[in-house]
Amino acid sequence: MEITLQNLTKIFQSKREDEVVAVDNLDIVIPSGKLYGLLGPSGCGKSTTLFMISGLLKPTSGKIYFGNEDVTPVPPEDRGIGLVFQNYALYPHMTVKQNIMFPLENIKMDKKEGLKKAQEIADLVGIGHLMNRKPAQLSGGQQQRVAIARALVKSPRVLLLDEPLSNLDARLRLQTREEIRRIQRETGITTIFVTHDQEEAMSISDEIVVLDEGVTQQVGKPQYVYDKPNNLFVAKFLGTPPINIFDGHIEDGKIMIGDAYIGKTDAEDQEVTIGIRPEGFKIVERSSFQVEVEFVETIGRDTTLIIRHPNVEVQESFEDPEDEEIPEEEQSAFAQEVAEELGEEADDTKMEGIDIPQQSVQQAKTFRAIVDADYGVEPGDTVKFTVKPHKMHIFNKETGELV
Amino acid sequence: MLEEQQNIKSWFYLAPALVLLAIFIFYPIFNAIFLVFVKDFNYLQGTHDGFTLTENFRYVLRDPNFARAMLNTMLITFVSVPLSVIIALLISVWLNAIPVKKIQGFFQTVFFLPYVTNAIAIGMAFAFLFNQYYGLINWFLGLLGISPINWVGMGATWGNAMFSLLVYITWLGLAFKIMVFLSGLQGIDKQYYEAARVDSASRSRVFRRITVPLLSPMIMYITVTSFIGAFKAYTEVIGMFGERLGPAGDDRSMITVVALVYDALDRSGVPGALSEAAAAALILFAVTLVFTFVNLQVSKKRVHY
Repeated sequence: MEITLQNLTKIFQSKREDEVVAVDNLDIVIPSGKLYGLLGPSGCGKSTTLFMISGLLKPTSGKIYFGNEDVTPVPPEDRGIGLVFQNYALYPHMTVKQNIMFPLENIKMDKKEGLKKAQEIADLVGIGHLMNRKPAQLSGGQQQRVAIARALVKSPRVLLLDEPLSNLDARLRLQTREEIRRIQRETGITTIFVTHDQEEAMSISDEIVVLDEGVTQQVGKPQYVYDKPNNLFVAKFLGTPPINIFDGHIEDGKIMIGDAYIGKTDAEDQEVTIGIRPEGFKIVERSSFQVEVEFVETIGRDTTLIIRHPNVEVQESFEDPEDEEIPEEEQSAFAQEVAEELGEEADDTKMEGIDIPQQSVQQAKTFRAIVDADYGVEPGDTVKFTVKPHKMHIFNKETGELV
Repeated sequence: MLEEQQNIKSWFYLAPALVLLAIFIFYPIFNAIFLVFVKDFNYLQGTHDGFTLTENFRYVLRDPNFARAMLNTMLITFVSVPLSVIIALLISVWLNAIPVKKIQGFFQTVFFLPYVTNAIAIGMAFAFLFNQYYGLINWFLGLLGISPINWVGMGATWGNAMFSLLVYITWLGLAFKIMVFLSGLQGIDKQYYEAARVDSASRSRVFRRITVPLLSPMIMYITVTSFIGAFKAYTEVIGMFGERLGPAGDDRSMITVVALVYDALDRSGVPGALSEAAAAALILFAVTLVFTFVNLQVSKKRVHY
């Protein structure tokens, strides 16, 4: 079932009479049988979009088509969708079997046939042996599969998943996302899922839609979007560790960071923002881009160099607020405390020797370069870099659009 | 040493509650048990005429008023409790479905008002509603072409009077139940309803398969406490019929077990009357205990925590 979103807009009217545009003029076509990921930071309108597709939310304007059928006025119960909620919303008082049977009983399916179908679906998602358990007796991953089974059992036209992996631990997440991919392939149901985790979206989606503040930023195959970001937002949002952002300029066709030459371009002379993927640096013998390594993180195969550079633009974190993170205010308060302890004359050089927590390191003007571990770089070494041209993206300083 | 001090301290903390409980709960209970097993207890002199195992019970069971009181009490319990639980459930589901919070708050207040109003006052109001000549109920029935019925007046039949009493008691019980159910409903995750909608469940199925099971701990709590409360019905009868405990000319026709106990207390000067009251109270206690036990057994199977 092909899904078409046409000028889809959702405006929430808040109590203080100001409007919040959650989704702004969304135009997306999702081809039949594909797995699409809606990706964006929290509050970007991705879940709102999903709930509009499900029918639980009414769009302010715009239309939703399933195939050629305009389903905009159709209530959720008649849309033929399967929806997996973020926290699964399994009925706690029913067994797994009853949970999966519930949608079938609602459409008055014959009990025998229903039981057979429920068992089939349960086997497909790998919970066939847990049919008589209650949700509370299941692990997070198993609950998640029950939720998928319940959504799939009535053979929906579209399967919608709202942050399906956010409640799972890291290992289960990996396992379950492969599982979702497999189930989607086996059933061939057009699937849309919402996530704020770019790695998750990139690893299982056929195509991803990157959203920010209700506006589509880019649509495409994950690798393509990663390699050719449309704008600074997309470039920043995709990739772990995130892309490094530098203040730079173009001079006579040369791309410069400060005094260092890092590449050629056809664009006119201007101030620009330069994004370089961490894996885009190459250690060479001769280059004007010479830096001193501050920290080295070794992760087996690769080594991450953390390097202080005056032209680095400090980035805000995109992490979801649900992930326990110290808010920025508290971070700076902490930094202040550290500074006060050191005495007022404490300057940068004095700070270096102290065990500064990870967050403040990220807040500092540093960038990350991932290089082969064979180089054996040590903290304090001076290295020279060239930049791989296809790992570098140049953006207009004001608009953030690609130059 | 320190532990011992802590121990003494904790007894001091408990003391106020323990003293009050001892005076007003423990002593009366033991005294009631004592009274049941003595013959011809004289309240004024505190003397009795030896002990007996069953005489006071036999006396109560032979009392025609006791049979009547038991019947009335059972009727009140087994009609008004289920009825008010079901009605309160429906009202609270309806209240919960009101989308505008202000309107919901208004109705919530309206439905809760009876709870903060004196039961006697409400009983008098109901007695007036059921008045044969001026009552609203007969006025409505008149609109339907039904001639006035003597609900609670002089010479009213036992059936009419009991019907009126049941309507009043059922109504009186609604307020608290609605409040508990409503707070329970508001605690149910909205996602279950969204999930059910996506799963094409009809409204009645959502109510039966999702709302009621998820509310079952509340329903159970309310049912058990209401049963216990209804077994002790007394104020309601006074509120509606006054101390006659029945329509004029048919005194004590609406008597309940607790009313019987009070009745016996009125005759506390008569030797043995207090023992009779204690026996009636103990019988009621036993009956309440049995039904509560049955309730809890049923709840083990039906309630989903």
